[in-house]
Amino acid sequence: MRARVYWPVTVAAALLVGLLAYGLTTTGTDTTLDAATARGERLDPPTRRSLPALGGDGRGSLADYRGKVVLVNVWASWCEPCRDELPLVQRAHRMLSARGGTVLGIDVKENSGAALEAVEEYGLSFPNLRDRDGSFVREWGQTGYPESYVIDRQGKVAAVRRFPVTQRWLDEPLPPLLDEPA
Amino acid sequence: MGARLVPLLLVLLLVAPGASAGAQDQAARASLPDIEDEVMCLECRTALNVSNSAVADQERAFIAGLIAEGLTKAEVKAALVEEYGPRVLAEPQDEGFELAAWLVPLLAGGGAVALVALTARRWRRAPAGAGAAADGARPDPDDERRLDAELAAFDR
Repeated sequence: MRARVYWPVTVAAALLVGLLAYGLTTTGTDTTLDAATARGERLDPPTRRSLPALGGDGRGSLADYRGKVVLVNVWASWCEPCRDELPLVQRAHRMLSARGGTVLGIDVKENSGAALEAVEEYGLSFPNLRDRDGSFVREWGQTGYPESYVIDRQGKVAAVRRFPVTQRWLDEPLPPLLDEPA
Repeated sequence: MGARLVPLLLVLLLVAPGASAGAQDQAARASLPDIEDEVMCLECRTALNVSNSAVADQERAFIAGLIAEGLTKAEVKAALVEEYGPRVLAEPQDEGFELAAWLVPLLAGGGAVALVALTARRWRRAPAGAGAAADGARPDPDDERRLDAELAAFDR
């Protein structure tokens, strides 16, 4: 009699504990990309889903740049280190676009008006997509702002930078990738 | 008496729609403090009214701009969703893990109701006095004899 009363309570408690454990394990940061690129491996991007274009009605995705070396730069105008980094990223875009590459900006968690003001202020000429709520970059194991990912001509992730880029860092992965055939 | 009430009712009928429209206008008019607690700071994952990050400041400026344009609260929230996605609102999503926030209270409530119903049904079924018999309240023959002897001694 007593056991019959208690087993549903036990099952409900077990389900709640399971739900809590699931929630905790799924909210952690994924470091797969970091570990693989540190070993010199190249991986498929965690997601290829499209995002709304900044300053336009269309959408865009990494697939649109297949065959090009792409420096994906995660930024936001409210992020001071991102603003500091933008001039260097714009210079990298000029260099890349002359050699069959591009920078693809991912503007995160801000309204398009504020982002477009920054685009104008810094004279950014590279395309930008909007990750409105940050869910796209979270799939890339994002830990902060800014971040950059280098994609080779086959569309694989070749390098990851979890801090602002430096010219020295850019000079390591980009030139050899640009020399690779499409 | 009735004739005197007619003008009063006419005045009330004329004034009431205006007062009602004024109240509706007041309710629809948006204000930053009223919206802030229903909106999330996307970076800090806390309500906007308790967030001080740069993202929160930018969100507040965006809301203030919309209020200045004369948008209602509902329109401001719609514009926020358009710009930042549905997660900007301080309510759980109806998909993925956040679905649990809607389902768990419903299931817990349903379980509690079922438990109460089951217990009530058992109480109704149990005959009166059955508890005493089931508990073995009747003493065994030895105890009964000893009890009788002690009561008899007490009577003397």
